[in-house]
Amino acid sequence: MSRVMVFVGDQPGEIESQAITLGHSLGSVEAVVLGDVTIAGLNRVWSVQHPLLSDYAPEAIAEALAQLVGREMPAAVIAAGTERGNEVMAHLGALLDLPLASNIVSVDASDDDWELTRVRWGGSLLEEATLSAFVKLLTVAPHSQPAFAGSGDPEVTIFTPEIDDSLARTRVTERVTVEAGISLTTAPVVVSGGRGVGSAEGFATLEQLANLLGGAVGCSRVVTNNGWRSHRDQVGQTGTRIAPSLYIACGISGAIQHWVGMMAAKKVLAINTDPDAPMVTKADYAVIGDLHEILPAIVDEVKRRKGLE
Amino acid sequence: MRILTCVKRVPAPGARINLTEDQRAIDARHLSFTVSPHEECAVEEGIRLREANGGTVTVLTLGPAESDEQLRYAISVGADTAELILTDGEEWDPQSTANALASRIKDLEAEGQAFDLILFGNESADAGGYQVGIRVAHLLGRPIITGIKGLQVEQQTVVARREVESGFEVYRLPLPAVVAVKEGINLPRYPTLPGRLKAKKAEVANLGPAVGIGGGLQMRMLRTPKEQQTVTTVLGRGADAAPAVVDLLAELGLLR
Repeated sequence: MSRVMVFVGDQPGEIESQAITLGHSLGSVEAVVLGDVTIAGLNRVWSVQHPLLSDYAPEAIAEALAQLVGREMPAAVIAAGTERGNEVMAHLGALLDLPLASNIVSVDASDDDWELTRVRWGGSLLEEATLSAFVKLLTVAPHSQPAFAGSGDPEVTIFTPEIDDSLARTRVTERVTVEAGISLTTAPVVVSGGRGVGSAEGFATLEQLANLLGGAVGCSRVVTNNGWRSHRDQVGQTGTRIAPSLYIACGISGAIQHWVGMMAAKKVLAINTDPDAPMVTKADYAVIGDLHEILPAIVDEVKRRKGLE
Repeated sequence: MRILTCVKRVPAPGARINLTEDQRAIDARHLSFTVSPHEECAVEEGIRLREANGGTVTVLTLGPAESDEQLRYAISVGADTAELILTDGEEWDPQSTANALASRIKDLEAEGQAFDLILFGNESADAGGYQVGIRVAHLLGRPIITGIKGLQVEQQTVVARREVESGFEVYRLPLPAVVAVKEGINLPRYPTLPGRLKAKKAEVANLGPAVGIGGGLQMRMLRTPKEQQTVTTVLGRGADAAPAVVDLLAELGLLR
């Protein structure tokens, strides 16, 4: 059975766990972690330890991975298709001069060359590609696999790479905390607004509803382009990708570039004046009408049921 | 300060993408094209840095002859010079693209134009490989940081901010450096009339045609994902639908 290394870093979350699932379909998974992280249900975990890796440093991490790969020669190295996963793997590809297939959704590894499917246009188009390389490098498109769940302690092997101090040139030097509110990526419900909201002030009701539900406010690209909201709130291909339990799309028509950012939501509720808008026809639930009338009514009803009024 | 911004010609966001009959490419006949969104911000950021620090902005692309349009767009919003590495029209894999860009950058620098800062977009809107900028940086032996939404140059250091869930991370890279930026770092300006006239008359250095040396990742065909057939439950019309919506919120366990 071929050996597959899955780089999970120092904070393995759900997306990293999905990468492990894909790894399992290709061979025997060995996780590569930074520091003292362990993953239940695997046979082996490589714990990479080096003072330079105490904070995120993509070049240094890739150098450590390159040394481990050179020594162990796995068939493939996989990471989650997150900002960090894609960044570290691209560095690894550059260091080893190997191709990298990013954001793949499936792999057929029955031949020497692997046939794989990867996402383009943030997920609105699929590409069938052939990957030929001595060691295959892949990142896994978020939410394309179920999460991995296993039990039992793995064998942990400490790996100490030799990393030149000069690679500290690309390392986090400072962290600034901006807000402690509920983040877009982890919120169970996201109340999101588009062109139909009409103004920056129009988001006040969306904020109200999000607060009542313990959720976050999102928006479409047109909203940030108009300066109504910060780009931090933008959901979509060039913004944030989210997977809440419920996505409430208010006055968002549902262009494909927006849809790919929230298509992993478990349920979608569209509030729109146009019953034929793509967001409405693709949603699980819809309310047809003016969001400026509907949202205040929902806010009042939520307050009433929560006994706040 | 000498700045180089690398861009890619892609179909305008929001367009409906149809495929060619052989499914090897997108059908470009009814599409308008643009600079990839993150790269539009990279062009803008380069121009802002030049406005603040002096210097020049060069834009470089690799692509078909039509990419001339995107280079002229960059000039119309303020870039000084433009370079096109002409391809045979086929899409190149990320390794071949990076090799050609790095080789051209080395030539430009040998001609006396050492770049203090090279800007990329974080990933192209279409192929989304997340790697060309990083590969170019390695080929040039320069540091790179990606996913950047804030940039400042302080003497020989570029201070870059990357957004994370809790706020942002700060990186300090020694110049010369490479930075891949994301949409949101700025709001790109529109071309001015004098800018358009300048762009029309500008000379675009045209190199090529170049032949891509096939890397290990070869695209075979494209397809559109199966659309999930969703039955939409209409909860009602107007404000009267509020109780039904709140019933749904309760059902989903969100009313706690």
